[in-house]
Order: sequence, then C-alpha cells, then structure tokens
Amino acid sequence: MLIINRRRFLQLGSLASVSTMMPKFLKAFERNALPPENKVLVVVQLSGGNDGLNTVIPYRNDIYYKLRPALGIRRESALGLDDELGLHPALKGLKALYDDGALGVLNSVGYPNPDRSHFRSMDIWQTASDSKDIITTGWIGRYLDAQCNGCAHPTQALEMDDTLSLALKGTRLRGLTVPDPNRLYASAHDRMFGAMAAQHRDGAGDGHGNVDYLYKTMTETMSSAAYIYKESKIYKSKAPYPDTAFGKGMKTIAEMILSGIDTRVYYISLGSFDTHVNQHPQQQRLFTQLGDTLQVFTSELKKNNRFNDVAVMTFSEFGRRVGQNASGGTDHGTANCMFLVSGGLKKKGVLNEVPDLHDLDEGDLRYKVDFKNVYATLMRKWLDADDRNILGGRHSYLDFI
Amino acid sequence: MPAMDEQAKARHLCWRAGFDGVAAMATPGQPVRLKPLIRKMLQPSPEIAAITAPEIAALSLPGTARAKPASPEEKRALRKQQQQGIRHLNLAWLDTMVATSSPLQEKMSLFWHGHFACRVGNAVHNGRLLNVIRQHALGDFGTLLTAVSKSAAMLQFLNNQQNRKQHPNENFAREVMELFTMGRGNYTEDDVKEGARAFTGWAYDGDGNFRFRRSVHDNGVKTFLGKTGNFDGDDILKMLLEQRATAYHITDKLYRYFVNETPDEAKIKDLAGRFYQSNYDIRALMRHIFESDWFYDPVNTGNRIKSPVELLVGMRRSIPVTFARADTQLLVQRLLGQVLFYPPNVAGWPGGRSWIDSSTLMFRMRLPQIVYYDETLDMQPKDMPDEMMMDGPGRPPAQRRRYAENDRFVRNYARRIDADPHWDAYMKKFQQTPSGELPAAVSRVLLAGTPPAGSSALLKPYASAGREEAIKAMSVAVMSLPEYQLC
Repeated sequence: MLIINRRRFLQLGSLASVSTMMPKFLKAFERNALPPENKVLVVVQLSGGNDGLNTVIPYRNDIYYKLRPALGIRRESALGLDDELGLHPALKGLKALYDDGALGVLNSVGYPNPDRSHFRSMDIWQTASDSKDIITTGWIGRYLDAQCNGCAHPTQALEMDDTLSLALKGTRLRGLTVPDPNRLYASAHDRMFGAMAAQHRDGAGDGHGNVDYLYKTMTETMSSAAYIYKESKIYKSKAPYPDTAFGKGMKTIAEMILSGIDTRVYYISLGSFDTHVNQHPQQQRLFTQLGDTLQVFTSELKKNNRFNDVAVMTFSEFGRRVGQNASGGTDHGTANCMFLVSGGLKKKGVLNEVPDLHDLDEGDLRYKVDFKNVYATLMRKWLDADDRNILGGRHSYLDFI
Repeated sequence: MPAMDEQAKARHLCWRAGFDGVAAMATPGQPVRLKPLIRKMLQPSPEIAAITAPEIAALSLPGTARAKPASPEEKRALRKQQQQGIRHLNLAWLDTMVATSSPLQEKMSLFWHGHFACRVGNAVHNGRLLNVIRQHALGDFGTLLTAVSKSAAMLQFLNNQQNRKQHPNENFAREVMELFTMGRGNYTEDDVKEGARAFTGWAYDGDGNFRFRRSVHDNGVKTFLGKTGNFDGDDILKMLLEQRATAYHITDKLYRYFVNETPDEAKIKDLAGRFYQSNYDIRALMRHIFESDWFYDPVNTGNRIKSPVELLVGMRRSIPVTFARADTQLLVQRLLGQVLFYPPNVAGWPGGRSWIDSSTLMFRMRLPQIVYYDETLDMQPKDMPDEMMMDGPGRPPAQRRRYAENDRFVRNYARRIDADPHWDAYMKKFQQTPSGELPAAVSRVLLAGTPPAGSSALLKPYASAGREEAIKAMSVAVMSLPEYQLC
C-alpha cells in the first residue's frame, strides 16, 4: 500500500496543477527595475535599547565620567570626531565613513513623554505615534499604502527576517519578509500552493472579502518570491561581509540593490542591546558587527556607483540612563543618537549639539529632535513621498539630505 | 448564494462559538438540530476549574510575594520562576481550550483576555486575572468589569499603584473609559482627570489582594460626566455602566469578534439596547446573536480570520496531537503574532487582516505539514527583550546564544517538532463514508464554510493511497488551504 510521507504528500498535491493549471504569475515577469537614480532607504533597528552615550561619547563632559565611573569610555580609547564627541572604539567602520564625509550623527533624538518599556517604545518608533496614541500600522507600511497603488510586485519594502515588524504593516499593504531569497522562494514556491492558487483562480472570487484577500496575499508572496529569487541573482557579491546574520542580511540587501530590484525600503535588525548587565563586551561585539558590516556595504555600493542613492538610518527604541547601574550595565532611558550613512548627505558629521547632561529629566536625557522629523525628512526629501499623509501631520524637515 | 441548511448552520455556530466544527457532525440516524445545539453551547458550565501553573503555588506561599530578593542571583531566579509560571499558564489554558466541553466559555474568555489586555511579569497576578475573566466571561458585564478593575494585574499594568491624591496618575482612569467601557468621544479630558481622582487609593497588597488605601485617596468633590459628588472608584464604574455608550461599545466589539468585522450599525444598536436593558447580561446577548437568522446570513459566514490561538486550538481539537516539547506551541504563537498574556499594547490584538502578512500566511499554511507530516520548522521569532521568553522556545539556549548570529547555527536550529498525532478518533468519523465522498466529507469536518470550487480536484490525487493514508493526506491538504484560516 502506498505510504504517504511529506515528500509524497507534496508530489501528489501538486499533480492537479502540473500540466495545465500553472498560474500565469509564476511564469513571466516584466523586468521592473528602478532607474538607477532612485533612492533607497535601509533602516537598521538596534533592538533592545542601545546605550547612546557609549555610542557617541561626550568625552569632554565631567558629568559623564562622574555618573559612569566604571562604564565611561576614556577619551583616549574613543575614536574622536571633534572636540566634544568620539565614537565607541568598536565602531571603526563608522569612523572611516565619518572621515569620508558619509556619516551624519544626530544627538538627543526622541519624543515627548517617553515610555521606558521595550515593547511600547518600540511600537511608538515603529508606528510613529505619539506616546499616548495606539496605532496599529507602521510608518513604512503606510508609505506602501500611499506609494504602491498598483505595484507590479509588492516588493517596495522588504524586511530581512522570518517575521514582519509592525513598522512594515500598512492598512492595505504589508512589506515582505525575506530571510534570504533562496529560503523565501523555497517556502513560498511549494508546488501544492501553486495548485491551490490555480484552483482559486479557476473558481474565481466568491464575494467573500477575506478569502480573496488571503489568496491575493498568497499569490503575491509567491510572485514576489519568484521575482526576488530570479532578479537578485543578477549581481552576486564577493565582498567580505562578516559571517553573521546581520552581515548576511546586509550582503543580500547589497545584492538586491545592485541587481536593480524595485525595493525602496529595506529593514533589518541587530541586537540585543539590552545591556542591563555587563555592558562592555556585549556592545563591543555588536558594534564590531555594525561598523564592519556597514563599511563593507558602503564600499561595495561606492564601487558600483550607487552609494549616493542609498541612505542607511539606525535607530533604537530608547537610549539608556545617564548613570551606570550596579551590574556593570545601564537601565532603560529616553533620548538617543541616530546615525545616517550615505554618499548623498548634504550635511555631514555631527549634525546638532552635544547631549545636555546638565539638564536631565530624572536622570534621563531630554530629547531635542523628534524622531518623526527624521522620518518626515527621509520620506519627503529622499523617497519623494507625502510625509504628511503618511505620518499624519506636519513635521519639520532636517537638512542632512 | 443559497440559504444554509441546518447542518451548515450548526457548523457555523460551532466554529464561531467555539474553535472547531466537530460538535456539528451528524451521525447516521441522528441529524444535528440547531436549537438544541445553541442551548447546549450556552449552558453554564457546572464548574469552571481554575487554570494554574506549578510555579504559582510556590510563588503564592504566604509572605513569598513580600520577601525582597537579596542578591542579583535571587532576583534573576525569581524572575525566571515568574516567566516560567506565565508560560505554564499559557500552555495550561491552551490545553483547557482543547479539552473543554464548553468551548464558548473559553472563546468568550479569549475575547475578554484581549479586551482587558494586560501585560505584567507576575505569574500569580496573571493567573488570578485570567480566572476572574473565565469566571465571569458569560455572566454579568458589570461584575466582570469591577473584578478586572480591582485585580492586582490590571492595577499594576495601568499604574494605579502610583495614583495618589498628591500625584494623580490618569492612566488607569483613561483606559477604563477609553478601552473597557465607553470608548473615545464620549467623555472629556476633565472627566479623565476627575475619574483619576476618584480611583486614587485603589491598590493591591503584597499578596495581590485588592486594598483601598484611604490615606492616599482624594476625598474631595469631583465632577464626572456631568454629576458632582464625593465619588470613589466604585461610583465611577457604576456611572460608566449607566452610560448607553458603554453598552454600545462592548456590543460593537462583540459583534466584530463573533459576527462580522464590518459592523452593521442598526443591528448593533438593537443588540446594545437589549444588552443595556438586561443589565449587561452577556449570556443573554450571545443567545440573542446565535438565535438571530442574520447570524447565519452568507455574508456573516466563513469570512472571519482565525486568530493564531484559535487556529492552533482548532487543529488540536480536530486532530489531537501531543507535542514532544509543549513549548513548541509558544513558538507558534510568537511566529504568528499572538502570545497569550503578551498583548501588543493596552488595546489588545487588533485582529482581522492584521494577523496576515506574507510570513504569517505562508507559515499558517505550512503548519499542518509541520505538525502532522513532520516538516522542519526553520523560522526564528523576533526577540522579546526583557520579557518572559528570554530563553523561550525558538531561541538557542542562553550559553550558546552568542553564536546565534552565525547563520549556520541558526540553520542547525531548524528542527522537527516531534509531534505525535492521534488519528484514531478522527478516522472513526469517516467509517461510513464511501471512498468517493471522502474529499467532501473531510472538507465538511475541517472547514467552516463551503469548500473551494476546485478542492475536489486538489484532493483527488490522494485517493490512490490506502484509505487511512488518503484521509490523512486529504485532511492535511484541507488544513493547508487558505480557507482553513477562516471560520
């Protein structure tokens, strides 16, 4: 008697479709590459709350060393940017970008009434909501809703992960997760799913909104997966990215950009920066990854004349308290620094004043720049999108691009 | 679309009021009748056994909660114990949803678990709140509201411990009005401020029991929703229940959950009026919904996207399965975006289409193969920093975590979940089914709505296998259909 295992199960399941019913969308693709002058945004999320004061170090400030007797980074170890500020010693890659005029540093970025819970503050950053409001869509998702009317493939925003962040969930549209193009293709290109899609197309919509919605999501995922799988092979990177998930993810992003895939926003996370205990080795390790990877990434773009069109933005859900704690770490704080990396920066270097350690809010930094202004700037000036519609309201634009 | 027959109506009822359609199966000579089924669904459970976890007993010993951990190690150990307790509560509740003969009881509790969203790190508080909700899930809404509002979990989550006469904290009052009762647009900021004053002093003690702390209560006169008096928290809740907006807000939410995510204002208004008249009798409201003809209109059937927990429970109820590691079920919850006791924010899980994106849909469709055909599960959930699941499922053990960035390691972590399906009882349902009718019969058992037009073509190739193998394969195939995500 025939025993059905998983392999056999899938073979049989695809029989219905093999000859005639293969859906059209899996066959042909119009090449839909963006013209090379189109701008690309790469969002790097430093998960867990990165300690901004040990990232960009105010090494002329006595209060800094007084409040961080063990954790403070000495001036001679820091990678000096100017008289006031230096980078964490592990961020050599970013220092090189700074010297190159391709790094912008924004200090004291945050929002009013800061929340110190990871999940709440991360939601605030990802949805671009006010502290009091709950929004269930993300800022990049709403960008998709606004920009992607009738896109050929919903591949305008990709996240390099297994699961999708709230930031990429819009009302109508959602970004696509790409663990890597091969795995995405393998999981979405199950032949049985192809057969299912075909039978639904043949049966046509029955008027039940959500059935059609599910099939639409399924076929778009399959078609996007096939598109990315095929097109991302045009450019193969040989650059020496670090052998880490973050390094691999950035390598894939470079390959997709240089292959001409139509993605405008890439989203990738690195972590965990939640350094309550024993902060030094943890930050050292993660920053080495961050700096080294970004250095390889940017030089590859530069070599291919695309660095002027690509901007990298880093953020974290909050900074950490100014004072160290008793466990060689720091606890949840508020305002934080952000990095902006691009060959196309109009203003570079340290973009605003040094964090003010005299005027603290119960031991925490006060924010000077609302992060929504950074988003608005990138939406309007970089991606040419309607930031007011996407972010709901007016925000002032910064001048780094 | 033709009107539904009695059998189809019964299936719809069972899926919406519970987690699966098994109870709607007719047996030869015993057709299913809708009316008695509704009655059975709504029957009060004789006893609602409390859900608990082994850690809770240890953590509830007198004085344990009050004892301050001395060293960082003790602190860590205690936190781990709390986390473990919440994970065990999660799994114990899942098991109850699977095993219960009163599925509506648990489905309603799941609804309230989202409505009264709460996220705290204390296992004892979480367990108590859950059992309060389960106790009153089909009872009187006013009693439920009061019990939830006086629970240590909610008082902690909404910062009412910090709400004192000298330093009012408005969070609790605001959420009680905005989320639990009237909804936005029915009160002013002044009402929030005055309400917060009335709730000053609502607190809990070291054992998690409600305490009214008179010394921090604001005894002054307050003006709330147009009335003036020396109100306390109980008065505020009473006044909120007197507002018809509260009945409407709750009914609207129930309608979207149980009937259709697109609200029908006229129907909701009518239902809300009845709910108000009945003094907020939840069971009576649900009875009225289930007995209404419109509940069985085609537009209200087979169109609701199951939540991840509903999906998982439904699978287990239809085809029982034992997981080698029960934690696997937490991994599934995390990958699909609904972890019990960890709602995303105070507003709970938004539900509907927000459950679905490319990643979650493909994973939902592969899940039956992962569970019943031993396909590898090669996905990693996102981190939940500082939260319960630090060393949870899907994460490499702590000592090896530093290698987790290494892709090769992540791949090695891809694994079979070693589930052990129990097909026997399920197979018996098809004893009388002629082979040619198997595709239709399997679809009827597993799908809430009508099977998709092409499904018999899709299932046909499996018929060449032996009967049992064919039923298994057809069942897994039906569960992999997008239609299985709906009820």
